Amino acid sequence: MAEFRMPILGADMKAGKLVAWRKHPGDEVHRGDIIADVETDKAVIEVEAFVDGVLERTLVEPGETVPVGTILAIIRLEGEPALAEMPAGPPAEAGAPIVARPPAVPLQPPVRLRVPEAGGVRISPLARNLAARLGVDIATVTGSGPGGRIQQRDIEQAAAAMARPAPAAPSEEVPDRQMRMRQAIAAAMARSHRDIPHFHLFTTIDMSRTLTWLASENETRSVADRLLYAILLIKAVACALREVPELNAIWVEDKVVLKPDVHVGMAIVLRGGGLVAPALHHTDRQSLDGLMHDFRDLVQRARAGSLRSSELSDPTITITNLGEQGVEAVFGLIYPPQVALVGFGKIVERPWSVDGQIMSRPLMTATLAADHRALDGFRGSVFLATIDRLLQEPDKL
Amino acid sequence: MLKMTYREAVRSALREALRNDPRVFIMGEDVGRYGGYYAVTHGLLEEFGPERIRDTPLSEAAYVGAGIGAAVNGMRPIVEVTTINFSLLALDQILNSAATIRYMSGGQLNIPLVVRMATGAGRQLAAQHSHSLEGWYAHIPGISVLTPATVADARGLLLAALNEPDPVFIFEHATLYPLEGEVDEDTGPAKIGEATVRRAGDQVTLVTYGGSLGKTMEAAGQLADEGIEAEVIDLRSLRPLDMATILASVEKTHRAVVVDEAWRTGSFAGEVGAQIMEGGFDLLDWPVQRVCSAEVPMPYAKHLEEAALPQAGTIVQVVKEMFQ
Amino acid sequence: MAIQHVPLIRPERGHALALLREMLRIRRFEEKTAELYQMGKIRGFLHLYDGEEAVAVGAIRVLTPEDAIVATYREHGQALVRGLPMGCLMAEMYGKGNGCSRGRGGSMHFFDVAHRFYGGHGIVGSGLAFAVGLALADKLRDEKRVTACLFGDGAVAEGIFHESLNLAALWKLPVLFLCENNLYAMGTGIERALSETDIALKARSYAIPAEVVDGMDVLAVEAATIRAADAVRHGKGPVFLEARTYRFRGHSMADPQLYRSKEEVAEWMKRDPITNFEERLRDWGLLSDSDVRDMEGSISAEIDAAVAFAEAGPWEPVEDLTRYVTSR
Repeated sequence: MAEFRMPILGADMKAGKLVAWRKHPGDEVHRGDIIADVETDKAVIEVEAFVDGVLERTLVEPGETVPVGTILAIIRLEGEPALAEMPAGPPAEAGAPIVARPPAVPLQPPVRLRVPEAGGVRISPLARNLAARLGVDIATVTGSGPGGRIQQRDIEQAAAAMARPAPAAPSEEVPDRQMRMRQAIAAAMARSHRDIPHFHLFTTIDMSRTLTWLASENETRSVADRLLYAILLIKAVACALREVPELNAIWVEDKVVLKPDVHVGMAIVLRGGGLVAPALHHTDRQSLDGLMHDFRDLVQRARAGSLRSSELSDPTITITNLGEQGVEAVFGLIYPPQVALVGFGKIVERPWSVDGQIMSRPLMTATLAADHRALDGFRGSVFLATIDRLLQEPDKL
Repeated sequence: MLKMTYREAVRSALREALRNDPRVFIMGEDVGRYGGYYAVTHGLLEEFGPERIRDTPLSEAAYVGAGIGAAVNGMRPIVEVTTINFSLLALDQILNSAATIRYMSGGQLNIPLVVRMATGAGRQLAAQHSHSLEGWYAHIPGISVLTPATVADARGLLLAALNEPDPVFIFEHATLYPLEGEVDEDTGPAKIGEATVRRAGDQVTLVTYGGSLGKTMEAAGQLADEGIEAEVIDLRSLRPLDMATILASVEKTHRAVVVDEAWRTGSFAGEVGAQIMEGGFDLLDWPVQRVCSAEVPMPYAKHLEEAALPQAGTIVQVVKEMFQ
Repeated sequence: MAIQHVPLIRPERGHALALLREMLRIRRFEEKTAELYQMGKIRGFLHLYDGEEAVAVGAIRVLTPEDAIVATYREHGQALVRGLPMGCLMAEMYGKGNGCSRGRGGSMHFFDVAHRFYGGHGIVGSGLAFAVGLALADKLRDEKRVTACLFGDGAVAEGIFHESLNLAALWKLPVLFLCENNLYAMGTGIERALSETDIALKARSYAIPAEVVDGMDVLAVEAATIRAADAVRHGKGPVFLEARTYRFRGHSMADPQLYRSKEEVAEWMKRDPITNFEERLRDWGLLSDSDVRDMEGSISAEIDAAVAFAEAGPWEPVEDLTRYVTSR
């Protein structure tokens, strides 16, 4: 029995269309006879048979396109009995070699790297800049690049590690590390104060709807899955940024650069007195559960000193939630190059006018510190009002 | 030591080869009766006869191809393609035969062919006669590309080429032919694949080849007057390329400029710059700079041609900016 | 120029059978490679010689082992007649390390220096300059050898054809230029490519003696080549033969042959060099059925062995990728 398969008819042919059968079951077939017309990219080609026999059965209909190697027909060779049943089996791998084809070889290595004599620091220009921005002392950094070169990730890890508390470390080290972190924060805050013309806005938000919804939502959840109200604040800020995108931006080289994605940074206090504000990525697209999970994970890793580089440098806006510490409002300093800082104070039961009646409501002061170069009070106000509005419909967050 | 010009140095190497090896013969346009377009082969016809100093018709593709066939069949032809500008007519023979047949045949034959060409601009010969395409040839695996810039190398590199089992392309900048220098006729072939430091310095590395060496040395002199000591490296061959010498220099100086008469985009200087980055990223205090020709077809008017070509002044300017 | 007609001389039986067998061997080999290509064992480009066998067989058998041959990418027939082992050719097309070019070249680039077979050139016309060079070296060293250069009608339009003929004639080089005029340069017929379709006439315009030969008649090709090679070998300068022939298959495997009619192909197939020669031999009483059976049998066995050789052949180790770029 011989198999007539979809042939390869050109250097890069992967599949062909059977246009017509030129022989039919029962016909005699001789070497060189045209057995079928096959269409390739270029044209219709007459395909010849390479055996002598009788066409027993065709397996593909005219009009069908099949990969090369697919069995198209069965030819009974001289002296063979007729075929009883359909042959099984997938198309043979066209050109499958008996001897295995060797694997691809990697490209030739580039010019061998020459490294300077010992005594110098090998650091990429990018890493050097980043070290200056983050306040990392490169003399203390070990490089992970070729030849021991310090790269971006080494600086980021060093910066994150600077925030790590060190209970097991000898006591002389802790003040040093802490001092370095303080110095870094000091540099950033001084720069913020010096370069950014801040303006501040605040608004009072009635949190009753939020808290009521949250309570009933958490009733249905196990303790481990319960949401914190802070998550709703984060989500509200993220959604508000979609409506007021001017605040989801950075200030670079005398102009504002809007960012397409929303990454809200959360200010997290560290034990031993330090502060980091890593990003929750794509905050607006996350579900509340997702945010809860990520937030927990972020806090844990921030305190363990194992934040990822992108988390430190990606926030497009930062939230500082000091309500738990007991302050009513936060008038903070923006983390450059961001253009805004959102602050939330504690939730306090206070008298509030509702439809003309005085009632006790849980109220929270939300503040906005904004960069007056990048935006003005009008848009800032719209932003805060939007947060308020979103928190009044917590089920939609 | 003898004083001679660059063209005389080439001629002396040709003569020595013709005398010592009966397989050597020269083939090209006007190499015989005319005495050579650049007078390099002047007098050789009288000494060696028309079979070995063979004038060809204007058939670059055929006589380069014939050079290939003759080399395969046991001869050592030296083909003179008058200038690099005309070599374009023979590019298929060069790339698809000379550079390729050894590999394509599975190593069964080698092609000991030497092809010499004049190259470069600076004599107001306008767009079609002023090309610097050595970089195109240096792109091709399977051949060697030599660019002698001194009188000694004009002789030494040609002698070395004749010892090579594979095709060698030698590019002689046309402005160098009258250059005077000293040659020791007892010195044998030079080494292919070794760049030479022509001037030592420790503040910036100037890498160049061929016709640009003179301007680069001049620039180095001017820079020295201004307190910047430049190290000048003469590549001598583009393929193989001696990166070790370049990187050793950059390790010292941390700044590099490549001077190349080709058009900037896709120039060989780009290749050298890429390799300096690959091998010496950590040595650099400044991005590698290039001084190349302006991207214009070479104009005829003198002031325009000068403006289009790399000049010592441009090199000085570029270096000084690296020290701002 | 008209075809020179060859008087019908009855060949000696052994010689006649050898000629027939060589042509049949090529035909069967090409059929096999077509099949293997369609199966994907042979890749890239495949250019088959069906219909042109009389040219390779008639011409190349006349040459001596010291003579050189330069061919084109349509070179299976020439390589086989020249004596390159069939297994090595098959292995080469499989891309295996035991191929004649180590699998580096494929169907278009057969080289075998021991048989003085120099390719295998893919750029149309390129081989002519190479052949001129081989011949130049022979002339300079006074070697009485012929360099036979085979090429198609397509090459006649390339500048290098004219440059090479001119150079060969000018320098009286020992080149036998053999143009296999199969009337088509891929899909362009000669009447659409050449303002003057008499190719032999063009050679004459370079002061090269030229003859037109019936390329479908192996005895005619043989006789013409004997005359031409003799002249070349004795230092008379180059000689040009234009063999008028036809390829029965497309230019390559992907060619749908839209540029010529089935009727035209059928007409030419009536002049099949193999069947026509067979008939003549039978008429002369030189050929029997059992002769043919024996030939087909031994050819079939040789082809099977060649395929097995190729299938079993090793792949060149990837570590050797850069070997042979240069000699050092």
